[in-house]
Amino acid sequence: MNVFDFLIGRMSPEYFPSDPATIGAAIGMPLGVLGIAALLTYFKKWKWLWREYITSLDAKKIGVMYIVVALVMLIRGFADTLMIRAQTAIAANGQQGPIDADTFQQVFTAHGTIMIFFVAMGLMFGLINVALPLLIGARDVAFPFLNSVSFWLFAAGMILVNFALIFGGFSAGGWLGYPPLTGLEYSPGPGVDYWLWTLQIAGVGSLLSGINFFVTIIKCRAPGMTLMKMPIFAWSVLVTTVLIMLAFPVLTATLAMLSLDRVFDMHFFTSTGGGNPMLYVNLIWAWGHPEVYILVLPAFGIYSEIVATFARKAIFGYKTMVAALIGIMFLSFIVWQHHFFTMGAGANVNAFFGIMTAIIAIPTGVKIFNWLFTMYRGRILFASPMWWFMAFVVTFTIGGATGVMMSVPALDFQVHNTMFLVAHFHNVIIGGVIFGYFAGITYWFPKIFGFTLHEGLGKASAALWQIGFILAFLPLYALGLMGAVRRIDSYTDPSWQPLFIVSAIGVMVIGAGIFAMVLQIAVSIKNRKKYVVGGDPWNGRTLEWSVPSPAPHYNFAITPIVEHQDQWWYEKEHRQKNKGVLTDIEMPKNSPLGFYIAIAAGLFGFGVIWHLWWLVGLAFVAIIVLVITRTMNDDTTYVITKEVLADEMGVAA
Amino acid sequence: MKTMNRRLIGPVIGIGIASMLVYLGWWLLQGKQFDVLAPGGDIADQQRNLFIFTVSLISLVVVPVFVMLGIFAWKYSEKNKKGKYDPSFTHSVVLESIWWGIPIAIIGVLSVVTIQTSHSLDPYKKIISEQETINVQVVALQWKWLFIYPELGVASLNQLPIPEDTPISFKITADAPMSSFWVPALGSQVYAMNGMNSQLNLIASKQGDFKGYSTNINGVGYSDMTMVVHSWDKKRFDAWVSDTKLNKPDIDTELYEELAAPSKNNQELAYNLNDVSLYGEIVNKYMTNSPAGNESVPHKDEGMSHGGMQ
Repeated sequence: MNVFDFLIGRMSPEYFPSDPATIGAAIGMPLGVLGIAALLTYFKKWKWLWREYITSLDAKKIGVMYIVVALVMLIRGFADTLMIRAQTAIAANGQQGPIDADTFQQVFTAHGTIMIFFVAMGLMFGLINVALPLLIGARDVAFPFLNSVSFWLFAAGMILVNFALIFGGFSAGGWLGYPPLTGLEYSPGPGVDYWLWTLQIAGVGSLLSGINFFVTIIKCRAPGMTLMKMPIFAWSVLVTTVLIMLAFPVLTATLAMLSLDRVFDMHFFTSTGGGNPMLYVNLIWAWGHPEVYILVLPAFGIYSEIVATFARKAIFGYKTMVAALIGIMFLSFIVWQHHFFTMGAGANVNAFFGIMTAIIAIPTGVKIFNWLFTMYRGRILFASPMWWFMAFVVTFTIGGATGVMMSVPALDFQVHNTMFLVAHFHNVIIGGVIFGYFAGITYWFPKIFGFTLHEGLGKASAALWQIGFILAFLPLYALGLMGAVRRIDSYTDPSWQPLFIVSAIGVMVIGAGIFAMVLQIAVSIKNRKKYVVGGDPWNGRTLEWSVPSPAPHYNFAITPIVEHQDQWWYEKEHRQKNKGVLTDIEMPKNSPLGFYIAIAAGLFGFGVIWHLWWLVGLAFVAIIVLVITRTMNDDTTYVITKEVLADEMGVAA
Repeated sequence: MKTMNRRLIGPVIGIGIASMLVYLGWWLLQGKQFDVLAPGGDIADQQRNLFIFTVSLISLVVVPVFVMLGIFAWKYSEKNKKGKYDPSFTHSVVLESIWWGIPIAIIGVLSVVTIQTSHSLDPYKKIISEQETINVQVVALQWKWLFIYPELGVASLNQLPIPEDTPISFKITADAPMSSFWVPALGSQVYAMNGMNSQLNLIASKQGDFKGYSTNINGVGYSDMTMVVHSWDKKRFDAWVSDTKLNKPDIDTELYEELAAPSKNNQELAYNLNDVSLYGEIVNKYMTNSPAGNESVPHKDEGMSHGGMQ
């Protein structure tokens, strides 16, 4: 091997994109990034960005960065959707679609990967960062620096998945990449490696976040806030973090084994070498199924806060809500096999997993009834978050119902891996997860920025998403029953085409919903003076509404003392004052090391993808050195004295 | 009166949009062929019934939820001054017991059905019939289906002629990335995996051509990897077998290697089969390096060894 080969690994010009759609994206994306960089330079905002965001350890700022990345990725993932549905609307009966099969398969793999890991997970961690510490009366998360590392690892994964478009191409093996298709024999190129290292790096970030928020909830609650006085959102995050801590190591190990198969020609999952691809399928779903609940439970928490706030009534059946969450937590680990009933397990195994799956519907159903009865005898203000909630109940209930149907193995044999399945999981993920996080963004936006979002456009967005959803996905249920399998880029039966066309129209309506949302944010920022609000714009119930908007970076000048569930509502009703006293507070200093660690991690992944072993070695050393540097630094906090705080609050110390 | 009208605008628009969507759905589904719901075989028929049963069962929850959502949203809206406001009503043992109870009862019923149908519709279960079962070995290739009829001494590509009302017992493997064998009109799909020997039992109860698919992505030719089941009467099927034996080329290792090479090929072909051990060789190809005694169980009745999950 000569030096040149050593330096460039397996990089070669053939890996630049060749089809027009990808070339367009590969040129457009860097131009967009350059455009933003130019704007930042023009307005001299680089220092501001560095100081206020990139190096910030403030959970709210980190949360905002998560949400910004997630919304940008939503547009990327949606562009993939447009290509997928344009293709299936056209490529019927021998007609050539706009993209070829290989590109199509890369597109849906990227769509799934991006939507789950960078949109749903990003919105989830974003909103947890923004709201959770405030809701439990904490000044910060337990490990602010770790939080920054988590976010930047997430961002590094996001950059890798997008860089694949520019150079190398992405995996064509589906978002969960079953071997042997994703093994060396059938996918020797860098695409699968991009997918692996994207997930690996973002996944480690998620695991660290899970630990962080678990400890935050256990250790940092305001005095007096017992577990059973926590808002439901905090409960949902607690349960989610348990799932993350148990499930994500499985993902990391599984991806690591597939990487070893690919890079070192090992045989964990290649049957010719004594490995077993079925082991992979079991492992990936042992993570994958809990992952679904990781995504949806915090959204359930958000709905709980929103319904209670806008119905002006405490959440109905608090204890059964908590019991249901914990029930789902346990059950979510014993249902993974329902993703492959058709792999040939025996009747009893299938029946067991089928019944466990159906049982999850019980606590989930209970939650829906509790939400409905929170509305019952309430006085409901239909602000835009409630619109999302209504759309959620309609969409998610249908998705849950079809999920119960598919939990019966003998029935699943006829709909597994068909468009019916595609419709089902979009029903629960869009209806449950995405609607919930959009509701959460609208709900907590004023707390972070001090002004609300435009209501009309928010409602328009919810309505467009709901109608678009029905048009885009109900036809897929029908198509599944007609025999249309998932992931097809063409089909011969012309009678399927009208349904695919309606589905494509639905996608465009959803696109209008996304546009309404972007417009909503733009209009609201432009007219922000008009929408400025005080600390409690929704007449809220929980602690975050007791502080001014935008929330100060230390969250609470005075640590609240909690005596009741919905403490803030209680204080308002009984005209009580916060009983806490003003003290000096300690806050974390900014640190760029999280950012640097993620750069090194990204380069590490890039090195493995392209077999640049020198880069892998350097990046690895860099990560170790950076982590040690941080641990050697004892000067990580600063103190805000109570005099300063009193001054800021306009009261005497 | 005027406020009353205003309050009705929302529901009226909602109902209007909903009925338009229902009409669109009805119009779209006119004259469509639903293989899963209009089955051509007993297994698919039972699955269709199961489908209808589960839809009815879940409607018991879905319909009340929708009704309550609509009524509560309308009645307890801030704008409706008649709705009673009672913020202290946040807990009720009776009500909460009801909505733990109802889903538990429904899932209880469903669980019984799940256990029963998991056994009665177990893909591995042989179908009992007066007609003698025909064995078919299925090999998923990139991107075509090879069907081997070991007892009849024929094989076919992308077409699966079968006699009606005759149980077909499939053995399924792959010499390709994981694929999945599915003929919706006949019922139940099963994964096709290399080194594995999965089983499936189906029967056609009427004559006709039924389309079959791979439901698992297995490379760029995935969408084209379809096949057709020809359900014929016994006579026509027998004629096809004898014609194939007489007039079609032999399938041997060399020809097989050619078929196994990745290519998009939808042609329906037929072959004469002399080497009945072909399927066993394909399965065992992936078992050579496996540790001794691992899953490779010799089955006397078929005279070959195959791995598999039973």
